[in-house]
Amino acid sequence: MEATIAGTTIDVNDEGYLTDPSKWNEAVAEAIAAEEDIVLTDKHMEVIRYLREQQEKGEKLSVRRVGKSGIVSIKEFYDLFPGGPLKKSSRIAGIPKPVSCV
Amino acid sequence: METTTLTKKTTAADHKVKKVLIICSKGSLQDVYAALIMANGAVMDGIETHVFFTFFGLDAITKGKLDKLHVPTVGNPSMMPHVPTVVAGLPGFESLASTMMKKEMEKLDIPPVSEMLEMITAGGGRLHGCQLAVDMFKLNREDFVDELEDIITVGDMFGLAAGEDSHIIFV
Repeated sequence: MEATIAGTTIDVNDEGYLTDPSKWNEAVAEAIAAEEDIVLTDKHMEVIRYLREQQEKGEKLSVRRVGKSGIVSIKEFYDLFPGGPLKKSSRIAGIPKPVSCV
Repeated sequence: METTTLTKKTTAADHKVKKVLIICSKGSLQDVYAALIMANGAVMDGIETHVFFTFFGLDAITKGKLDKLHVPTVGNPSMMPHVPTVVAGLPGFESLASTMMKKEMEKLDIPPVSEMLEMITAGGGRLHGCQLAVDMFKLNREDFVDELEDIITVGDMFGLAAGEDSHIIFV
């Protein structure tokens, strides 16, 4: 389905994840973050760029991996994206919903 | 800025699971992981999460034991069904099988028990010990990991589970 995000029409799936990561930009990130009541800081963006890089490389994303990234600890990750850090950050990063159970 | 409305999935949105209480009552590797992976998964989804450790499940939070849990090779027909029970019971067999299983889990990015406990509590999950079991095994607070919040009664445990859309899972 299509959604209007930050003034542009972007294709998203039924859970609101971008179907094409290349359609992402910072304005899109800010708009999706606003829906989650998150105001993006530099730290948020660092995590988001890391997720996008990892996703591009085909790596499987998990909370644990983010915690070992050297960018944030697991606790800081939860503090940045309260109530579902991996899913929320992935949605904001414009990448598919992570399939990890850990 | 223009409207930025996204249509979100709303299925069962009114009755999402809000809270889980997971009871970890067994100390074998597979049972402890079942409890902890569900607990961590709940935390990852923003669900209020409590884990209550009782009986042999206390091994999962006991210093010196938690990263040495075994998967039983005897009395466990799903584990290596072609190995005769007498062989599976030989000294060292269970240790070997447990070590191998832990290696396989590490490949899947499943962390050791100690790290699972850190992950659960870092995300706001809370760990509780069973008073009666602690007394029975003659253990003290110092025997347990720092992440353990408290040692409570069964009554207190049910108190934790109170509320709407709250679920109890027994492992």
